[in-house]
Amino acid sequence: MTMIFGVPLAVFMGQLMLGLINGAFYALLSLGLAVIFGLLKIVNFAHGAMYMLGAFAALLGLQYLGLNYWVALLLVPLVVGGLGMLIERYLLRRIAHLDHLYGLLLTFGLALIFEGTLINFFGVSGSSYPTPEALQGGLNLGFMFLPTYRGWVLVAALVVCLGTWFVIERTRLGAYLRAGTENSALMQAFGVNVPQLITLTYGFGVALAALAGVLAAPLYPVSPTMGSSLLIVVFAVVVIGGMGSIIGAVITGLSMGLIEGLTKVYYPEAANTVIFLVMILVLLLRPAGLFGKEA
Amino acid sequence: MSQAAEKLTDYHDLDGAEMLRVSDLHAFYGESHILHGVDFDVKRGELVTLLGRNGAGRSTTLKAIMNMVGRRTGSIVINGTETLAMKPHRIPRLGIGYCPEERGIFASLDVEENLLLPPTVRSGGMGIDEIYAMFPNLFERRRSQGTRLSGGEQQMLAMARILRTGARLLLLDEITEGLAPVIVQALGEVLVKLKERGMTIVLVEQNFRFAAPLADRHFVMEHGRIIEEISAAELPSRREHLNSLLGV
Repeated sequence: MTMIFGVPLAVFMGQLMLGLINGAFYALLSLGLAVIFGLLKIVNFAHGAMYMLGAFAALLGLQYLGLNYWVALLLVPLVVGGLGMLIERYLLRRIAHLDHLYGLLLTFGLALIFEGTLINFFGVSGSSYPTPEALQGGLNLGFMFLPTYRGWVLVAALVVCLGTWFVIERTRLGAYLRAGTENSALMQAFGVNVPQLITLTYGFGVALAALAGVLAAPLYPVSPTMGSSLLIVVFAVVVIGGMGSIIGAVITGLSMGLIEGLTKVYYPEAANTVIFLVMILVLLLRPAGLFGKEA
Repeated sequence: MSQAAEKLTDYHDLDGAEMLRVSDLHAFYGESHILHGVDFDVKRGELVTLLGRNGAGRSTTLKAIMNMVGRRTGSIVINGTETLAMKPHRIPRLGIGYCPEERGIFASLDVEENLLLPPTVRSGGMGIDEIYAMFPNLFERRRSQGTRLSGGEQQMLAMARILRTGARLLLLDEITEGLAPVIVQALGEVLVKLKERGMTIVLVEQNFRFAAPLADRHFVMEHGRIIEEISAAELPSRREHLNSLLGV
């Protein structure tokens, strides 16, 4: 059997794959955070709750309305994104002129409210969401066994991340977003409705989190606390990548997943902390983040 | 007046009709009261200047027209429409292009993206080829990051991007500031061409020698109001008086 530094190849690749899947979720979530932070300068602590709401909406939609996975994949981001737009329009906008700390506190409060309400109704134990039929089973790649659903998650996350990057970096709408981030007053003086742009951007970032939630539902237990535990790691990813950097969020998300997976192979005890060690190193050596622009 | 203006089909109004009327305009940044009742008007196709010392309220007047300051009272009528209660993003859609003093070139966009950024507000704006013909430097550097251009090129870019939008009233804030004489001269030629096209221009200017041969009328500001209006015809006889007002 092929060994890599004393570890069987199949085990090595399996952990790498697990890491990459986790990394795909880090990338999707930190991408949404980066988009929101870029334009609104809000550290969106409700992001984990939106991810959790996405997973819950998929679960409840299946249980009570009979909505299958594919419908949920389309519908849930729209509904949760719409909730995000209401939050921006009626809560965040009211405090937009205050210090950014207030936005952080408000979104943190919202996260606790969503989480607490769902704990009240469903408890914390979590339920499982069935893997959609079309994506059951797996592929034998020769060197490892790849469950089809995990492969799908990886592909879907990459497509969404690249699509978002393309829209922001290569289209007219993206140019509005980037310019609005730099100088929103001048954008208004050109006739761009910046408040509307901000609402849509927040809604889009939240929809990305909800999409990640639907993708995660068949993989992880759907529980009210699933978002808050993930969010801490995602914030570390955002800090490593550089606040507000789109491409930084994606690359850092995936690579941190891989680093976590590798650590699990060689020194499992450190797997949960290795990302924070990287974060501390980055903060010491390059405080603006790997992809952030120095202020 | 100019033949170019007559050729414009989307503007049937005659030259001499009022493009902008500012009446008793007061503006406030928080607690501080910056404009104290500004009154002036600009006719279609005219080029007027706002002159005055630093802090007289010239830039604030332009910002107040764009609804970019805090609270405002009084009246600002653009092309027959009262705009005081309008949201900031609606005002440019009346056909106004604003070029801020700090130029406002976006660092995250390249030159061409900067140029294409402002949405079209009216039909009849200049085409991209026409703009590159007027500003050949911008064409050569169209893939450079916006803020890597020289000061003069950035100024050209800040002007060029509002010409594309079809704006017919241009508010230009200190466009010659800090630029080499040869570039200032080029900008002067651009303004002459724009005037020939029938554009209405409000120029906030420190460099009076630049503004004098271009303008139809000059408004002198002090302490947040207009204290003097001097037409181009009156200029030679009132030059000394003007110099004393401007402290030059």
